[in-house]
Parts: sequence; structure tokens; C-alpha cells
Amino acid sequence: MNSAIDHFLADGPAQLLPARELMAFTLGSHILLVPFGVALPAITLLMHYRGLRKGDAVALLLARRWSAVMAVQFAIGIVTGTVLSFELGLLWPGMMGRWGDVFGLGFGVEAWAFFLEAILIAIYLYGWRRLKPWTHFWLALPLPLAALMGAFGIVAANSWMNTPRGFSLDASGKPVDVDVRRAIFTPMFGPEYWHFVVGVVLTAGYVIAGVYAVGWLRGRRDRYHRLGFTVPFSVAAILTPVQFVLGDSIARSVFHKQPVKFAATEIVWKTDTHVPEYMFGRLHADGTISGGIRIPQLDSILAGFSPATKVTGLSSVPASDRPTATQATIAHWAFDIMVTIGSLLVLLALWYGWCWLRRRDLPGSPWFFRCAALAGGACLLTVECGWITTEVGRQPWIVYQNMRVAEAVTDTRAPILWTMLGLVVVLYVLVFGAFLTVLLRMSRRWRLADEGAATAAAPGDVEGDTPYGPRPLSTTGGKDGGGT
Amino acid sequence: MTEDAVAWVLLAAVTAYACAGGTDYGAGFWDLLAGGTRRGKRPRWLIDHAMEPVWETNNVWLIFVLVIMWTGFPVLFQTVFTAMWLPLALAAVGLVLRGAGFALRKPTQRLAGRRVYGAVFAVSSLLTPFFLGAAVGGLATGRVAPGTEASADAWSNGTSVIAGLLTVAATAFLGAVFLTADARRFDAADLVGYFRLRAWCSLAVLAVLACVGLVVTRDDARYVHDGLTSGIGLALVLVAVVSALATAVLLYRTATGWARITAVAGVALVVVAWGLAQRPYLIPTSLTVSEAAGATTTLRWLLLVTAIAVVLVGPPLVLLYRLDTAGALQPLTEADLRRTAAGREPESP
Repeated sequence: MNSAIDHFLADGPAQLLPARELMAFTLGSHILLVPFGVALPAITLLMHYRGLRKGDAVALLLARRWSAVMAVQFAIGIVTGTVLSFELGLLWPGMMGRWGDVFGLGFGVEAWAFFLEAILIAIYLYGWRRLKPWTHFWLALPLPLAALMGAFGIVAANSWMNTPRGFSLDASGKPVDVDVRRAIFTPMFGPEYWHFVVGVVLTAGYVIAGVYAVGWLRGRRDRYHRLGFTVPFSVAAILTPVQFVLGDSIARSVFHKQPVKFAATEIVWKTDTHVPEYMFGRLHADGTISGGIRIPQLDSILAGFSPATKVTGLSSVPASDRPTATQATIAHWAFDIMVTIGSLLVLLALWYGWCWLRRRDLPGSPWFFRCAALAGGACLLTVECGWITTEVGRQPWIVYQNMRVAEAVTDTRAPILWTMLGLVVVLYVLVFGAFLTVLLRMSRRWRLADEGAATAAAPGDVEGDTPYGPRPLSTTGGKDGGGT
Repeated sequence: MTEDAVAWVLLAAVTAYACAGGTDYGAGFWDLLAGGTRRGKRPRWLIDHAMEPVWETNNVWLIFVLVIMWTGFPVLFQTVFTAMWLPLALAAVGLVLRGAGFALRKPTQRLAGRRVYGAVFAVSSLLTPFFLGAAVGGLATGRVAPGTEASADAWSNGTSVIAGLLTVAATAFLGAVFLTADARRFDAADLVGYFRLRAWCSLAVLAVLACVGLVVTRDDARYVHDGLTSGIGLALVLVAVVSALATAVLLYRTATGWARITAVAGVALVVVAWGLAQRPYLIPTSLTVSEAAGATTTLRWLLLVTAIAVVLVGPPLVLLYRLDTAGALQPLTEADLRRTAAGREPESP
């Protein structure tokens, strides 16, 4: 990585590297919560509907518990998301000052959609006790739509950065003649949007299902775990092949609309036909490739369905206008990891579908559940990889071919930014660590309560809703979190 | 014309955040001052219950303010975030700590953990509004202009400090008034008096700070000072003072529903008066609304999006506040998450 750091230092102002790292770290952390912000309400509502429709107490319990998780997750998502809004100004004032009015409207849609989501989620989370069951459900039903609307805004802004249009430049290089519709519906918008939406829904599905897969593997094979696994896993399994097609299609859109990014993700150096495909491998500054698996002709075939397809290479543009060899390698690895995991998940989904068609039952093999338990984590990794591919592949541009990252960066001195990065890393590690601890404690508490309920009536929770309440004197609640 | 309308929308969003977000910050402020574990148990219980369903919604106003700034007035956004770098960065850190602290306190059962999360939440509830207020105060002094680089002077001058303190005091006032009303709603008679007293105290502090502010801004932020002490600005400030006094009286009579309205009106009117006092500037006296405005097409679209959003978001928002004040929104308790007897039989293999 040293060469990459040297390169950044040589290429831009000193504050560029810490600013990028800070943005990358905060966005990379926030993006892990995004699948749940968008899709957890939808999956919970699906379970909720099942519970109400069939009078299924287990489904309702699952929906309630997922709501309790959602309450914490949504709050952490809100604060880490707010940080990103601040950072657009704190780190990239140049971009917002110049282009804010061209592409900012997407954020405007997002802000309102998010507002609606926050309101509806509050009503949903706190409506369990007093609202009528079906009223409660119907009030929450617009939630997935609001989430899709929010995703629309964010992806519109990001796809504009990839394929900016809807403006012309005046003599001084300022954008004029803004055409909002063209700026929102840019060429990359459609592919990015569907790829993103399907990706986050299936990620949320696999992660939730993974929790119950672990329980299943540990021998808790009751209806609760079966239902908690089946509903989210089915959603994810249905979407996995869809995502495979969408992913293939977005790669081809990148090939047509951002040829240099495509060259980076496929480490293509020279514009040529009959271009081979490299699985992994490393691109060097002189254009040579070491390591990796070389498959002749395949890249041309994938890009244009024929070995004669001409693929633009990185060397077609000056070195200052394309990602460095290291950046290209990073984007390439991110892309390949994403594709590999995606392909494996298709196999997992087919396994599930096969057993379901044949026997109307879950696969019996523990290996299936081991894979299912890992699928959630793998999906979160693909979310990171997809984001790295699109962002690193666009370098050195923040607005493709219109503004360099170095032109957008703040004037704040590097030491301040490094300090801030250190502070934020510590802060986020603590917050995310606490978040996970809280989730694990909740899960364990429920499990112990469930086990206790099987033998005897669970003792009432004394400390439940009084913050700072004195320690209960009764012997039953004496141990913290019921730990043993 | 369009840019003026967008400026009004921005001012409205700032006002909404000051009132809605301010109430929550105030609740955090009183959480901080509630005392030790045993003594603060009751007030903290109320604060938790009162804030819970609405704090996230209230927080979103801030995101909306930022979006309108960068879409409608990109230069303003760039200038503010460049010149006010440190206070805004600290405010962002404060927002994370506050939200995380509050959200994590609830599901934590260990007392030590609750203490830590609670302290984090409470301290950042004090610091975040201070830094936001200081940034706004600094803008009013005219120390910042497009192109100004970040400096401590921009936000650590007399006006900034007073503005920061005023913001904290205003949030404390709003928080105390709303908590008094919530105490009645939750039938916690002892807490009605408790928070009413704090509302009066914060009003007194607010009055003192406002007087100091008048003196400080006379030389330091002349343009805004003049705007607030003459014409429409003065009229609004006077109505705000009357509202605040009316709040004190209404609290005495425990007409808490009305007190909430007058308290919000008091704070909102001051924010609007400040906005009007800045006219035609967004940053006195270097950046006017029309200079900062983005492309007209975008501004028109922004208004359209806002109009659609008001139609879409308005009714749910009213519903949320109504359900909340009607006591229909309650958190799930441990018992709700434990009714597990049914459906837990192991499957027959």
C-alpha cells in the first residue's frame, strides 16, 4: 500500500489523503447499516403480515423482536448518515459549492423520503402495544416505499457523479443551463438503482436468516427458528439470481458509459479486441499483470458477446485522468470478490430452491446451514466491494471528467483531518462495538427467556424500562443481563 | 423571486429544527442535570419516555436544512462549512455520540453501561447545540465571507459564545416546558413541579443572556443587531417575549398544552426574527440570497419537491405527534418480547 500512499501524497494536497480516508471510513461504516435501513422494515412487515393473516403467534413474536432490533439499528443509521451530510461540506466543499445545485435535488428527495421513513418507523416501532393490529400494520406499509424513494435520491446523486450531465459549462467553467431531469436520470442511474435495491434487500435477507441458521446448527430446531430462517432466506434466494443478471447488466453499462472505470475493474491496459479476463491478479504501473487466472478472450465476450469486441484500455487516457495501477488493482479485486461471492450465492439459492421444489422442505445438510450462516457476512462484504468498485474505479475524478477529487477537497490542514480521523475511528469502533454488544445481549436475553419459558414462567423484568434504575433486590434479576 | 421562496423554506426548516430538535436537546440537558442514579431516576424515566418515539424524526430536520443549503445555496454551504469547520465537525461528533448514547441506553440492562451511555447522551446534548449556535452567531457577525478560511476567531468571538449559550438555554427552556407537559401526560405529579421550576429558571437565564447579547452584538454584529431592534424584527422579538412570559404564566396555571404552544412560538419567532434581520443577506454583509442562489431551474424543482413532500410528509407527521401526545405510542417492553409459550415446541423430526 505504500506506493499508493506515496502516490496520493505526490498527486494532491496533503489534506487529500486524510479527507479521503475519513470519508471512506465513515461511508464504509454507514453502508453496512444501509441494507437494514432499506430492507429490514419490508422483511419485518412480511413476517408481521404472516402473523396477522394466519394468527401465527411465532411470526408476530419474530416481527416484534425484529422491531426491537430495528429501533437500535435505525438510530445508529440516522446518526452515521447525518455525519455523511456534514462531511459533504466539511471535506468536499469544492464539489458542493460548484455542483450542489446541479445534482443536489436527489438529496432533496432523499431527505424528505427519509423524513417520512423516520415518522412511519416511529409509529411502527412504538405502535405495537396500543394500536389496533391491522391499523398498525397498514400504517407501516408505506415504509418500504419511503425506503425505496430514499434510495432513489442517494443513488441519483451517486450515479450523477459517475455520468454527470444536465448542465453546460460557461467560459469560466461554471455549470449553467441546469436541466434537472437529465441530471437525475443519468445513464448510470437505472443500472445502479436496481443493482443497489436488490443488493441491499438480499443482503438484509441473508444476514437475518444467518442468525437463525446459527441457532439451527446449534440444535434449536423449533418452529421459531424455521420461520425466522425461511422468510428472509426465501426473499434473498429469490432475488439472488435476479441480482446476478442485474450485476452483469451494470457491468456492461459501465463498459459503455465509463470505459476507463471498466478498464480498471478488469485491469485492461491496452485498447484491444480479444481481451482476456483476469480473475484477481495485480496490475503494475508499466501495464504488466502478475498473478491471477487468465482466461483468453473472455473479457471481450462478457463485454460485447463476441471475442471481436473492442475493450478500451487504461492507457487510452493520460495517466493523470485514470486510476493508478494500485487503484485499478483495488477496484479489480473488489469487483472480482463481489462477482465470486455473488456466483456462490446463486449456487446456495439453487440448492435451497431445489430442495424446496423436490421436498417442500429445508435442505437437511448442516453444510447448507453453515453456508447460509456465512452468506450474510459475505453479502455485507459484497456491499463494501460494490461501493469500492464504483468509487475507486472513478478516480481521480469526484465528478467524472469534470472535477478531480483534489479540486473538491477542503483547505483544512492535514494534521487536523488526521486527528479527526483518529477520533472518528475510535468513536465508531466504540459505537459499533456497543451496538453489536447490545444486539447480542438482546438476543441472548430472549433466548434465555425462551428456554426459561419452556420450563417455568419467566420472571417479570424489573429493570426493563427505568434508566439508571436501582439494582433489583430480588434474587432473580441479580445477575447482569441474566448472564451465567 | 424563486430564491426568496427557497430562502423562506430554509428559514422554516431551521426554525423547525430549532424547535423540534431543540426540545430534544433540552431533554438531554435536563438528563445531564438530573443528579445521581437514585435522585435522577424519575426525571430520566420521563425524559426517556417522552423523547423516544420522536427524537429521530426531530433530528431529520437538520439533514433537511443541510440539503436545502447545498442544493439551493451551494456557495453558502461551501462558505459555512469551510469557515466554521471546527464547530461543525464537533457538532457532527456530538450528534453521533448523542444519538448512539440515547439509542443504546434503552436496551442496555447493566447499570454501569446505562450510566456511560446516559452520560454520553447528556453531555453531547449540551455541546452539540452550543457549537451549532456558535456557528450561527459567528455568521451574524460578518466575520465570514465567501472565501474565508477556517479560523477560531470566526466562532469563538463574543457574539458566537453568547449565541451558543442562548441556543443551549433555549433548548433547556423548550425541553423543560415539554417535559412538564409530558409529566402531566404520564401522570407523574411530582415531576410537573420539578420541570416547571426548571422551565422558569431557564427562562430567567435566557432573559439575562438575551440582555447580554444585546450589548455584545451592538458593536460585534451590527447588521443583525439593527435588524432585531427595529421594524419587523423588533416586532417579532417583542411578540416572542410576550409568548415566553405567557408560557411562564401558563405553566403556573398548569395549562401545559398551551404552554407548549407559546414556548415553541417564542423560540420560533426569535429564529424568524433573526432570519428577517439578516435580509437580504444569507451571510451579513457579504452574501445575499440572490448572490448565493443556485440555478433557477433547480430552485423551482426544489420548491416543487418541497410542496409534494409537505403533502406527503405533513399528515404522517401530524399523526405521529397526535399519537404521541395521545399516549398511543409505547415502547415494546421485555414482556412483549418474551411471550413465547406458543409455537416453541420442538419440531418432531
